[in-house]
Amino acid sequence: MMTVFRVILLIGLVGCAIATAIVRKPMQAVIIYSAFSVVLAVLWITLEAPDLAVTEAAVGAGVTGTLLYLTLRRLNLIDQDEAHKEKMREEADEHGKF
Amino acid sequence: MANSDSAFRRWLRGEVDLSAELRTAEMPAPPEGERYEPRHHPALIRMIARQSHRLYVALVAVLCVVLFTVLLLAAANLPAYGDAEAPTNNQVSERYVNQGVEETGALNAVAGMMLDYRAFNTLGESFVLFAALCVVTVLMTRGRRKHPLPSETDYADYYADPIVHTMCKVIIPVILVFGVYVLVNGHLSPGGGFSGGAILSSALIIYAMVWGDERAHGAIRESTVRRTAALALGFYAVSKTCSFYMAANGLTGVASPGVPGRIFSAGLILPLNVAVGLVVCCTMYSFYMFFRRGAL
Repeated sequence: MMTVFRVILLIGLVGCAIATAIVRKPMQAVIIYSAFSVVLAVLWITLEAPDLAVTEAAVGAGVTGTLLYLTLRRLNLIDQDEAHKEKMREEADEHGKF
Repeated sequence: MANSDSAFRRWLRGEVDLSAELRTAEMPAPPEGERYEPRHHPALIRMIARQSHRLYVALVAVLCVVLFTVLLLAAANLPAYGDAEAPTNNQVSERYVNQGVEETGALNAVAGMMLDYRAFNTLGESFVLFAALCVVTVLMTRGRRKHPLPSETDYADYYADPIVHTMCKVIIPVILVFGVYVLVNGHLSPGGGFSGGAILSSALIIYAMVWGDERAHGAIRESTVRRTAALALGFYAVSKTCSFYMAANGLTGVASPGVPGRIFSAGLILPLNVAVGLVVCCTMYSFYMFFRRGAL
């Protein structure tokens, strides 16, 4: 049972790693990278390393993902939906930026 | 393909000067009304670029396969998990396992190793974090002190959302308490400085995300963050240096291992855990604020 669980996790880990490298949009890569860290955290628990699991979940999935997301925002690499674009346009009109 | 091959050879013989394409400044300005014509053939250059890209992809593929094979072979030749004959089973780990609790007073053997036997290693790691914090501060505040980055339009105003707002009010104290628990129990249970500090900082980051940069800036002062990080690191360096020199002479009064299992035991490990946690927390939170706002 444990072996099956571990094999599933390992396959998921490799899948996440490959997907991070090949997806087109940077935001998707960041989200999949966070998922990679979560899977790795569970794997650390099955390997009886709870210290590493806690750190991996907090740093790998939480803080790294947040920092990468902020960088993408600054570089305008995140696709915006129509509603947000509309909102930005309205605000720009209000402040007379254009 | 024969044609492209000869193009590459021509480039090798020096008939096609690729660098001339870059020297646009030296070119004479085209006369008024006349269309600019590149002196070299753009199609040829594009073909060479495509070829070198193909070469790059092939080399990357070869490198990946070789590295993959080497690492897999190395992993296959590692001793089995729990093998008594493994070279890592030497007197060092034997001592940690047999006398670690007695000597350090920490039930968590990892904390005993990191903050007692190898405390200077952890001090170096904390200094790496502190150096990263200094560099980010210098880079992000260069030339525009007191002038934060222009505020961006948020995708959603989390503060106005009653569900997010109320849930965060409930969840942030819980995360903070859990972070303090992980930090303070570092010598008794899994966790310790790095993970506890990361958990604390995630609570602060959620606060800054939902309540907005300005309120977070008002609630958590820039000077507080800086002083906390510097003081924690200084305390670590001074106390560990003192105990390193004094314990050698048998003066273990301040940092006695105590009764293993109690919260106030394991000598210096508890305060050192708290110091490392504060450094990590301040660093992570500052990174977030600098990336988000350009200032603390």
